[in-house]
This record gives sequence, C-alpha cells and structure tokens, in this order.
Amino acid sequence: MAATTAPAQPQLRPQRRMSFHRREWLQGYLFAAPFLIGFTAFVAFPMLFSVWLMFQKWDLLSPATFVGFKNIQRALTDELALKSLANSAIYTFVAVPFQLVISFSLALALTQPIKLRSLYRAGFYLPIIIPVVATAVVWQRVFHPDFGILNTALGWFGIPPQAWLLKPELAKPAFIFMSFWMIGRQMVIFIAGLGNIPASLLEAAQIDGASKLRTIFNITIPLMTPLIFYNMIIAIINSFQTFVPSLIMTDGGPENSTLFVVLNIYRNGFQFFNMGYASALAWELFIIVIGLTIVQFYGSNRWVYYES
Amino acid sequence: MSVATSPIATPAPPAGRKTRRQVMERVRLIILQIVMTAVLLTFLAPTLWMVSSSLKSRPEVFAVPVVWIPAQPQWGNYAEALQMLPFARFALNTFTICIVTVLGVVLSSSMVAYSFARLRWPGRDFFFTLLLGTMMLPEIITLIPMFIEFKWLGWTQPGNVLGFYPRNFLPLTVPYWLALAPLYVFLMRQFFKGIPIELEEAALVDGASRLRILFNIVLPLSKPVIATVAVFAFLQSYNDFLQPLIYLNSRSNWTLALGLRALNDVQMTGRWELLFAASTAVLIPILLVFVVAQRYFVQGIATTGFGGR
Repeated sequence: MAATTAPAQPQLRPQRRMSFHRREWLQGYLFAAPFLIGFTAFVAFPMLFSVWLMFQKWDLLSPATFVGFKNIQRALTDELALKSLANSAIYTFVAVPFQLVISFSLALALTQPIKLRSLYRAGFYLPIIIPVVATAVVWQRVFHPDFGILNTALGWFGIPPQAWLLKPELAKPAFIFMSFWMIGRQMVIFIAGLGNIPASLLEAAQIDGASKLRTIFNITIPLMTPLIFYNMIIAIINSFQTFVPSLIMTDGGPENSTLFVVLNIYRNGFQFFNMGYASALAWELFIIVIGLTIVQFYGSNRWVYYES
Repeated sequence: MSVATSPIATPAPPAGRKTRRQVMERVRLIILQIVMTAVLLTFLAPTLWMVSSSLKSRPEVFAVPVVWIPAQPQWGNYAEALQMLPFARFALNTFTICIVTVLGVVLSSSMVAYSFARLRWPGRDFFFTLLLGTMMLPEIITLIPMFIEFKWLGWTQPGNVLGFYPRNFLPLTVPYWLALAPLYVFLMRQFFKGIPIELEEAALVDGASRLRILFNIVLPLSKPVIATVAVFAFLQSYNDFLQPLIYLNSRSNWTLALGLRALNDVQMTGRWELLFAASTAVLIPILLVFVVAQRYFVQGIATTGFGGR
C-alpha cells in the first residue's frame, strides 16, 4: 500500500510516520482514559490513602489524629483480630481442598457421555447465580435445628439433629459445608480444561490396557494440574474474603466462631467507625493473601505440569 | 494390545470381547447416570425446598416430615411477602443500577480493551500489567478509603443528580464507567486480538476514525464477548450486597438484596413461607437471564480460566 508510493516521495515518508505515530499515541491514551482515570482515582489513590489511614485514629467526625503504629500493633495482637484470622484460615484451608475434589469429580463425571449432560451441568452451576442474600436466607433455614432439611436428611442415617448455627464448634463446619454448594465456577473451568485434553493420549492409555481409574490418576490429573492450581489460588483468595453469609446468618456468632476477617473489618469500619484500625486490618489481610499466593506460586513448580 | 495386563483379557474371540467391553461401558454409564442424578438432587434440594416452601401454607412449612409439594399452592404468599416492604421500589432501584452498570462496563471496557489490543502508546504494557494486577486486588483493601473518598465527593449525601438519579447510586456505578472491571477489559482485549486486523487496516486507509472502527467494525464482530461481559456485569451488580449495604442509606434507595436482608432480620422466626417467596422472587429475574444466556456464562468462565475451547 504505502510502499508503492514511497519511491516517489522518499522525503515525505518518515514525517508522515511520525505524525501517524503521535496520533496513535494520543488515541491510545484517549481510549484508555477511562481506565487511567479510574485506576488513579479508585485504585492507586485509595491504596495510598489507606496506608496513610493506617497510622491515624479517625471516626470521620472529629479530625484524624496520628497514632503511629498503634493500629498495626492492635491488628497484630488484638484477640478478636487474631480470632477472625484464625476463623478465616480454618475455613479456607478446610473448605478449599474439599471444594477442589468435589468440583473436579463433578467435572469428570459430567464430561462422560451421560444423557442430558448440559442440563446436569446447569443444575450444578445454578447455586452460583443465586443472590448471596437469598442463599444465606435459605441456608440459615437449611441448618435450622428443628425444621431444617439438613437435619432431616441426617436423620435418615440415624444422626440426631444438631444445632448447626447455634453452637460454636458446629457453626464453622456448617459454613464450610455450605461452601461445597457453590463450586459451579470451579466445575465449569475444570470441564473446559478436560475438554482440551488430547483424546489421543487417553486412547493410547486405553490401548495399553490402563484402567479408567489409572488413566485419571496418571494422565488426566497431571495434565489438569495447571487448572487445579488456578482454581486453588482463586478459591483461597475468595475464601479468605467471605463474610456476607456470616453477616446475615450468624452475625459472627456464636461466640465469634464465624467472625471472619472481612466481617471484623466491616464492623470496625462501618459500625465502630475506626477507619484507621480497619485499614490496618485490611492491609494485614491483603499481605496474608498476597503472601499465600506467592508461596503457592513457588510451591507450584513441584507439582504443576506445564507443557514445553 | 497388551492382552496380558488387561483384566478383561479372556481367551474369548476379539469380536466377543469388544461387545463385552461395550456392555461394561453401558453399565458404567447407567450407574454414573443414577449416581449423578442423586448428587444433582442433593445439590438442588435447598433451591427446590425454597421454591416449594414459598408456596406452602403455614402448617406445611413446619410439617415433619418435609412436605415437598404443597397441597394447594399459596400464590398469595408472593403478594403478601412483596408488600411487607416496598419491593417494587427496590426492584426499580436494582434494575436502574444494573442497567447503568452494564452500559458503563460495555462502553468503557470496550474502549479500553481496544486501546490495549490495537493501539500502540508508551506505557501500554505497564498499564496492562497494572490492570491484571487490579484483578487480583481484594475488594476489601479499597473499601474503606473509597468510602471516605465518595464521602468527600458528596456521593453519600441524600438527594438526586440530574433531578432523578439518586446520588447514592454514584459510588455503585461510576467506577464501572471508568473500566474498573479489569476482568471484563481483559476478556474483551483477548477477543479483539483474535479479530483479523486487515479489516481495520482497510478502514483506516479509507480514512475512518478509530472510534468509528471500534463501533462499526470491531464491536459488531464481538457480540459473543459483549454478551458474556454484559451478563457477568449484570449478575455481579444484581447480586452485590456489600456495596449497596455501605452506600444506600435511605430505604427508598435500597436494592432487592438489601430488602430481602431486612425482611430476614424482622422475620427471624416467623413466617418462612413469606421469606422463601421473597427469596424466590428475587431469584427469578436472574434465573431468566441465566436461561437465556447460559451459553455466555459458561463460555465466559471457561475463557477466564484459560484460552477457551
């Protein structure tokens, strides 16, 4: 195109290119402007601001006062803060492995040629789209000691009714159990990944006489480790941040057994108006989550299989 | 074939062995079908229980054993539940926020994504990395400073902007007009990269502006990703609880999620059938979207993870 006219006007070309480039720069910035503005105003500034807040005592009514490392110290030693961290950690590290096993098993089953497959997939995916408040409202009653369907179902196996959300030692397991219900997203990602495994590999294994189970453990799972890793990272990040169900169903109780980190932050920020302390708690959580993610990335070399 | 290691390897002729294998496979699939049906029913139980209870009479709600099909569906439960609080108003608020959000997401994300996908400007790769980083950023870290920021901007005050749009909706919607939904920008950018560039080059030679190229060439070719992003944004906005909880102070501004929560708080012990009716009613719009756009949901999730199929 341009090359055909180039020999005729050799001097014009570089000049034109410059202006063309500059125009493209300008257009680039203009088109990206929403993000550049949004990022500055609602990501970069709030994060820096939050660092400043950490060192202040501020209820938004009276002027902020500098308190040094008091908020940070409190975030690291306060009994409730530590309890909430422990709650979130227990919740995450117990729930996530089960979630992965369940979603992976479902994905495996739903990639077999069974009838009405897409309908089954939709059924397992459904809980994800239910508004979290509706989920909490319903599960609060699923766990009801007298009229909840969980105790009814357990009764069929001779297990006596439990006061799930009313006992400190049962409330966290109840929330963990509830999280197994919401694994549709992980399942869909696994299904997509299973569809990408070359059929030739599975056929080769079959021809060599490997059993289905062996094929799964020796071929499917190793090839799926990148997706297992991805789902694990996302699940851990998300689990550390769950709090809406506990806000609605138990309000952190009984005896703070479901006081998760974000609920503690929410309370300190928006109920007690300790903006500085809440910011310190938020940074604490942020650093823990980032740290866990980095550790997992380092650890992933040992077990995640990457092609080529 | 390594006959020696195969457990089915009996001296039977090859043809017979093949059918036997097929029979085994059939049996396996039938068993799997039965097992999966049972698992599916277990998964659906809470939802089915919610829907069925929403139509029960009071004694049926607390009947032991559980009544799954109400003798006489009490449709009146819905009317009664939705009149306990101004749910029509909540629905209007919710849909307003959802529509403004979806429009903002689609417009701003497509522009930003186009810039990242096609235009060359200094700092582009750096900002794209920042965008990806933002995706991993927990919402909680910016929650408190953003609240203070919005307070400074006056967006937490009562009243309307432009005469009709509640000021409290601004914190919930404006960020989406500024492409602060990195996942959607990312999805769109990946899609735009896959569109043959020759089409745009031809248009450029013809003197079309970039904006025109985006709206007349790129976006019409990007309907699947626009649908995915729109559906995701709608779902996210509709289901959001934390942001509305923080910013929507007056009851007249509440969304359906906040209304349902309020109903739950006053109805802790009392009338479950009404609560379940309200929950089901709140679920219905999103269910309709899901039924119509299921393909895009699944596609979106699959591509978010890894390159799609």
